Amino acid sequence: MNGANIKKILLPAVLLLSLLFPLVIQNEYYLHIMTLAFIWIIAVYGLNLIAGYTGYLSLAHAGFFAIGAYAISVLTVKAEMNYWLAFLLSVLITSIIGFFIGLIALRTKEHYFAIYTLCVGYIIYLVIYKWEELTGGVRGFIGIPAPPPIGSISFDETVPMYYLVLFFLIIGMVAMYRIVHSLSGRTYKAIRNSEDLAASIGISTMRNKLAAFVLSTAYAGVAGALYASLIRFIGPDIGYTNIIFDMLIYLLVGGIGTLSGPVIGTILVVWVSQNLQFLQDYRMLIFGPLLTFLIIFYPKGIAGSFIQWRQKQKEKAIQKESAQIQGREAETKI
Amino acid sequence: MLKLKEISVKYGHYTAVKDATIEVESGEIIVLLGANGAGKSTLFRAISGLQRIASGSISFFDEPVHSLSADRIVQKGIVQCAEGRKLFPQMTVRENLQLGAFVHKRKKEQIKQTMNHVYELFPILKDKETHAAGSLSGGQQQMLAIGRALMAKPKLMMLDEPSIGLAPLIVEQMFTIIETINKEGTTILLAEQNANAALKIANKGYVFESGSIVLSGTSEELMTNEKVKKAYIGA
Repeated sequence: MNGANIKKILLPAVLLLSLLFPLVIQNEYYLHIMTLAFIWIIAVYGLNLIAGYTGYLSLAHAGFFAIGAYAISVLTVKAEMNYWLAFLLSVLITSIIGFFIGLIALRTKEHYFAIYTLCVGYIIYLVIYKWEELTGGVRGFIGIPAPPPIGSISFDETVPMYYLVLFFLIIGMVAMYRIVHSLSGRTYKAIRNSEDLAASIGISTMRNKLAAFVLSTAYAGVAGALYASLIRFIGPDIGYTNIIFDMLIYLLVGGIGTLSGPVIGTILVVWVSQNLQFLQDYRMLIFGPLLTFLIIFYPKGIAGSFIQWRQKQKEKAIQKESAQIQGREAETKI
Repeated sequence: MLKLKEISVKYGHYTAVKDATIEVESGEIIVLLGANGAGKSTLFRAISGLQRIASGSISFFDEPVHSLSADRIVQKGIVQCAEGRKLFPQMTVRENLQLGAFVHKRKKEQIKQTMNHVYELFPILKDKETHAAGSLSGGQQQMLAIGRALMAKPKLMMLDEPSIGLAPLIVEQMFTIIETINKEGTTILLAEQNANAALKIANKGYVFESGSIVLSGTSEELMTNEKVKKAYIGA
């Protein structure tokens, strides 16, 4: 089976599965977990764009996720704005804040960028925690509205919300596919490969890094806004450092810098950790070593390792073919 | 077209290039000779804007360029083809070439023409169009690196040790192609250790030793110079 075939069969199958999921699984709780997982996938796609494709490991993305969630909460609850306008604005606000933070953060590189953005993320958390008049401080926000009903479909219920989030996820994935396969996407990969080399062939690295960063924060913003609308209650915890490490685990397990990685990693880890709920915090005893094992032996995650394996098969096939051709040529000479 | 006036480049306290003055006229092939660590690559990094100069000035068509960012310098028409055949190994040959034309990304027609031209110069790249750059042989990678630099339509192309690590036959081919590119109107600045081959196609040369220019002259002068003969040609 070659790459095109896998895409032709697997993609529609997964899409069909996700569409039929609420019909097969009647359990509301499982549906809720799946919807939540979809939201995380959107956020992880954002992280993947900057960390995976551009090579800048941003640890501020839980912060941007929280900004998206808080922006829509403030706009709908306090300002009583129209839901979809508020949704749009909250993504915009996240991106604008992302722009200014990126402008400074992207002057640093590698570990320094990770450390810097880790601090930025924590500062965002602190601001949310302390700015009581705006964010409600530790109490957070209650009564965030669900998206307004379309016709007779009310998003108060689990199934319509599932489809709404799925809709956003699919749009996000299609957009990501287009970005990654465009010239801009290749530019990001070039920057990841070597920034000096990218600059020496005429790529304006700062501008392109910033574009990737802002786009990635927009993804986090969308995810945050959807999260607030699904859970209907938010507290400063959603911007806390452990959220970004959750996202990072999803990304690393699935495969950093791949298109299918965020989906595979998030769904897998979310379900495994759901099934290990009974272990409470002791499940980290399983996750920790498992993750260490993964990083050492499969640093490219599940999707990345699979792609690598298939590439090797392909190379082998090519070698075999050229060897055969040479053999035949040798025969004809005789 | 390119004038370097007493430029110095420092890494911290270490001076990698000291008071180098170089003049390149349009249409020439200029060769920089020197051993490893003599400062040739540093000089290239300074010209392409990857490394700031500590003193002196660099001007291109009488316009100072030493404070421009690397991508602006490519836009001006100075393109470096880096040492060690630095490519984007996971991308295909075609994608590498497309990225080379980044500064012309809106001129689709021009990109197509230049790419066809690159394929004419290096037919093997056309055959390997969809292969990952990392899977090419050393010589093919060097061709791709030069091809990618050509995609930016440079007025001045800097080549850092294009012959390094290549088989003698391929080296000869490489120099022929450099000559062809030069005849088509691109000025060439060439850093080489292979003095014999480089001086044959060059108009002028500069000899670098521990960061300073110790000798300069036309290629005939250098070729007959005892010191150059001893150190670089081995005759």
